[in-house]
Amino acid sequence: MTAVIDASAVRIDNVSRTFGSGSHRVHALDNVSFDARPGEFVCLLGASGCGKSTLLGILAGIDQPSSGTVDVGGRRVGLMFQDSALLPWLTAGGNVALPMKIRGVPKADRRSRVEELLALVRLAGLADKRPHELSGGMRQRVSLARAFAQEVDVLCMDEPFGALDAMTRDLLHDELERIWRESGVTILFVTHDVREAVRLGDRIVLLSSRPGRVAEIFDVGLARPRRIDSPDVAALAVTVTDRLREEVGRHGH
Amino acid sequence: MVTETTVGPNALHKLPVAPAGDVDITLAGLDALETAVEPRPPLALRVWSATWPKLGAVVIFLLLWQIVVWSGWKPSYVLPGPGEALSDLGNRITTGNFWSAAARTLQRALAGYVLAILIGAIVGLAVARFSLIRSAVGSFITALQTMPSIVWFPLAILLFKLTESAILFVVVLGAAPSIANGVISGIDYVPPLLTRLGQTMGARGLKLYRLVVAPAALPSVVAGLKQGWAFAWRSLMAGELLVVVPGHPSIGSDLEDSRQLLDTVGVLAMMMTIFVIGVLVDAAFNAVDRRMRARRGLLLTQSR
Ligand SMILES: Nc1ncnc2c1ncn2[C@@H]1O[C@H](COP(=O)(O)OP(=O)(O)O)[C@@H](O)[C@H]1O
Ligand SMILES: [Mg+2]
Repeated sequence: MTAVIDASAVRIDNVSRTFGSGSHRVHALDNVSFDARPGEFVCLLGASGCGKSTLLGILAGIDQPSSGTVDVGGRRVGLMFQDSALLPWLTAGGNVALPMKIRGVPKADRRSRVEELLALVRLAGLADKRPHELSGGMRQRVSLARAFAQEVDVLCMDEPFGALDAMTRDLLHDELERIWRESGVTILFVTHDVREAVRLGDRIVLLSSRPGRVAEIFDVGLARPRRIDSPDVAALAVTVTDRLREEVGRHGH
Repeated sequence: MVTETTVGPNALHKLPVAPAGDVDITLAGLDALETAVEPRPPLALRVWSATWPKLGAVVIFLLLWQIVVWSGWKPSYVLPGPGEALSDLGNRITTGNFWSAAARTLQRALAGYVLAILIGAIVGLAVARFSLIRSAVGSFITALQTMPSIVWFPLAILLFKLTESAILFVVVLGAAPSIANGVISGIDYVPPLLTRLGQTMGARGLKLYRLVVAPAALPSVVAGLKQGWAFAWRSLMAGELLVVVPGHPSIGSDLEDSRQLLDTVGVLAMMMTIFVIGVLVDAAFNAVDRRMRARRGLLLTQSR
């Protein structure tokens, strides 16, 4: 065996993805390239329709690029959807247990692990609740616990807090940051909210729209823990927002 | 030595749970605010509130019937009143003949229904899964479903003579298309998001079907089963009137016997029996359906 020091957990290399053909052809992603280091928190920022979900789908292995490659070095990739996508016929615990059931983890192990994971997202003791009995924020936390139940090394999150009220979202930012630091997973976090990206990310990959390209990559470099309403975050958010507007503005004429 | 800079696949096994802090307390507060549920009324009250409208409807129906009898539209030996019919039914249910006829009918219904479920499920799955099969037979299923079951009897009698098999044949043909259609539309309408979700968690093929597709399709499958039962029951009643197997009394043959003896009271009593069985089976399906919807948060009374 050759000793290779793998400096990146995710390597996205010249990935393009087109949908349809002829006049209906949509160029969702065009030569997108960037890396994420192991344990890094990367935010993907872009206007809606710029191919963010498409990129995550490719990373999670449920879609293929039209050209280019993604390399995750054999790591397990989990995907968390915008809508919590809990299965309505299962309890919260049943949802968290599902990925383990699929992998064939024995029942007794599943049960204790479900309790651990629910405690991790501060939902201890709620394993028997049904998704419709939980609030939006709680459902997203169940969904997060379920993503971790896949024993992932790379977690892709597709606008996970987009539908939550501001207060719940801020609290979940703190929770997510804590879990990320404790677990050491690599996170690719998709959002269209600039402040959220600055609040959470080590780096921000700004995508342009139609076709989706990497417009710029920002190093955040602010000390953690951060607050979404701190002046540092606000200042960087202004810079990123200006750049995002410039990208979106190119489509106005 | 290989320098391992990546996180191993089981990195999360040793996750500590963070001590409770401000975030925890605020989150708990939000959770409590957002999940207040109304207490459910006690069981007796729920049963009563589901039952009294049905009882009321029955009473009104019997009253209308009695009014028609009182009006003298038909002589009372042609159209007896509900009192006579009910007391005749009361006498019948104390006899062994009634129960063995009912048992035979129910056993035929069950056998035909189970066979229809097997065939319907297999055909439904095949159509949903393979587009060639769908384009070949998909549209014939609905055509079969709309064919009145009675038109099958001439063929059934020629094929099987006056036997149990003739009845079974028609019951299965009546019920299987509805069940197949329930399975097909159930699978067709599984939200793609759920299928994608199952795939990202590594479920493929049979596992994906068992853990994601089948439960997601269940509501439509149950609807198909319910409709399939209705068709099975109708076909069976038609069959028992037409195909009287010698020495095998049944609800349908008792009904036919009463007609031949010009025993209107008996006809009405047997029809009430058929109706009551229909009501009971419907109640059972509704209970299953309600339970399923309640679990999935689809019942209006349960929503916040
Ligand atoms: N399965 C598909 N078929 C056709 N077009 C698609 C499909 N998926 C996505 N697209 C198109 O690709 C573009 C990017 O979509 P998406 O990745 O969902 O964007 P985002 O998540 O950034 O909002 C959009 O223009 C969308 O219409
Ligand atoms: Mg999207």
